[in-house]
Amino acid sequence: MDEDRKARINRLKWHCRRALLELDLVFDRFWERYEDSLDEQGEAALESLLELEDHDLWALVSGREAADDHRQAAMIERLREVSPAANF
Amino acid sequence: MTYTVRKFDAVIVGAGGAGLRAAIQLSEAGYKTAVLTKVFPTRSHTVAAQGGVAASLGNSEEDHWHWHMYDTVKGSDWLGDQDAIEFMCRKANEVVVELEHYGMPFDRLDNGKIYQRPFGGHMSNFGEKPVRRSCAAADRTGHAMLHAMYQRNVKVNTQFFVEWQALDLVRDAEGDVMGVTAMDMETGEIVVFHAKATIFATGGAGRIYYSSTNAFINTGDGVGMAARAGIPLEDMEFWQFHPTGVAGAGVLITEGVRGEGGILRNSAGERFMERYAPNAKDLASRDVVSRAMTTEINEGRGCGPNKDYVLLDITHLPPETIMKRLPGIHEIGIQFAGVDCLKEPLPVVPTCHYQMGGIPTNYSGQVVVPKGGKHSEPVLGFYAAGECACASVHGANRLGTNSLLDLLVFGKSAGETAVNDLKNSVKAHKPLAQDAIDRSLARVDRLNHQKDGADVHETRLAMQRTMQKHAGVFRFKDMLAEGVSRINEIAGQVAQTQIKDKSMVFNTARIEALELDNLIEVAKATIVSANARTESRGAHVRDDAVDTPETPDGRDDKNWLKHTLWYRDGNRLDYKPVQMKPMSVDTIELKKRAY
Repeated sequence: MDEDRKARINRLKWHCRRALLELDLVFDRFWERYEDSLDEQGEAALESLLELEDHDLWALVSGREAADDHRQAAMIERLREVSPAANF
Repeated sequence: MTYTVRKFDAVIVGAGGAGLRAAIQLSEAGYKTAVLTKVFPTRSHTVAAQGGVAASLGNSEEDHWHWHMYDTVKGSDWLGDQDAIEFMCRKANEVVVELEHYGMPFDRLDNGKIYQRPFGGHMSNFGEKPVRRSCAAADRTGHAMLHAMYQRNVKVNTQFFVEWQALDLVRDAEGDVMGVTAMDMETGEIVVFHAKATIFATGGAGRIYYSSTNAFINTGDGVGMAARAGIPLEDMEFWQFHPTGVAGAGVLITEGVRGEGGILRNSAGERFMERYAPNAKDLASRDVVSRAMTTEINEGRGCGPNKDYVLLDITHLPPETIMKRLPGIHEIGIQFAGVDCLKEPLPVVPTCHYQMGGIPTNYSGQVVVPKGGKHSEPVLGFYAAGECACASVHGANRLGTNSLLDLLVFGKSAGETAVNDLKNSVKAHKPLAQDAIDRSLARVDRLNHQKDGADVHETRLAMQRTMQKHAGVFRFKDMLAEGVSRINEIAGQVAQTQIKDKSMVFNTARIEALELDNLIEVAKATIVSANARTESRGAHVRDDAVDTPETPDGRDDKNWLKHTLWYRDGNRLDYKPVQMKPMSVDTIELKKRAY
């Protein structure tokens, strides 16, 4: 991994440390699966989601609300898909 | 290693509820105040607090701080200091009204006053009947609180250092504190924050357990730093467990699920709570349910391939009821257990929720240690508040909604005391203790250069599993003793952790290794303190503490009505008396804690 990408990914990873355990768990699985393949568009979508307040983000990830932006919506799909349930 | 020094009047570590409240006090008084935080302030774990904040405002029915005080002393199983509890309950109305003035959007009654709801353990007239005492902002009380206080801090020019990891306390040979060393996560740069007042508000360390409701950031950084600097830790054997966390994940399943008719079952499908609490059954108090669950698991009646959880069954309830009354539970089941709770039961285990012990303080927020024959002498320049501190108001068991009150009252109190000290006694910065800085730098340097060391993730997991198994919600003599040796072994590995990634920008591997240095101190303190306390009290329940007329439910006031103090140096224990004398009212006399 080149240094720039590594720094960007590391920054994103830290921003995935949240106030709610639910989100920590979802992001933990997400990185396990997508760290190597996340492209720049995905990085941007993730970054915009990470700007949200935790309760709002959890409302999206838990499916109680839907994202307006299609890129965000696509990222939410990936976060839902790698939720721990997918491992059962 | 190189570092720079920055000078402030005050440095506060942690920007959750307690840190933000303390910062308001200092910045409003015109003192140059730095707040260091690992994550953006409104992403602190205070966000997760939903229940509300307790205050005897009496907006819906008669209430009094003295009744609140009684409930808190009783809830603490008489281990709480009665002066600090009186202080907190008397200050509650003031801090809630202040918060309202900062813009907190409390739920309201039609007459415009703050709406209050009942909460477990809060009663009127000295334990007579439930009282409406909790003030909330929908189900986002903690979140709304952080926002209101963050905005207030911005207004009064508090300087935030966001995404900084505090490393170590700077404490000199005389025991005085003059700041902290810290690392900027973005650059890896190390800075010494030289201050006249240092306030810790770093939250709890719930991540020492394998099953925890706490977010990943709750690694007890302040508690670990204090221990390394020679400050004893108080009452660390007392951890509150919630009976129903999702097995393997920790995510909380609200008590409301059992309230709506949810039933706990063992591997035989038996409703086992009928044997432990024939009347209340699944709705018995948290500790009773947690102990029963642990007994079922320990006796081989747990479920799953490892027989290590029980089941929470709501499949008999109408799906409409579940979706309407328990929104979110269905999704949590699917997300974190892979279970559709309308069709299958949820796997649950007792899960670590809250740290009652911590850095010893008095009700003024000063950190206190035994010195010169006295048991509670202030450490000059050092203050603490919130979950990382032990005032001690929660004693052996915390009441719901008292945690948000704790961080408001003692956050303010620590800030206020620091302001007074800056005004009256601490005029200049005390010279930095170079040896303390060197030790801190050496710790980071060791980590950066360690070869053939232990893996951080694996070592943390070993610690968490050991704590869960050996010092969980229900404790056994032999298991505790074995756990002490095991945790000491793991501590040896923590001292030799190795990271492969040596990069400087947001190196999460390094941060996690530094967090583990803090977690292990908390784990050691917890298991050593729990092993020594041979009674049952509040959240600390031992199988070998027998129920006799002199020791009801295993509580032994004759020998154990005292606070534990654990010192890192030599894994040593000391004790100090519980403050039974309140500030102005009569002592709330000892009796059996029964509801």
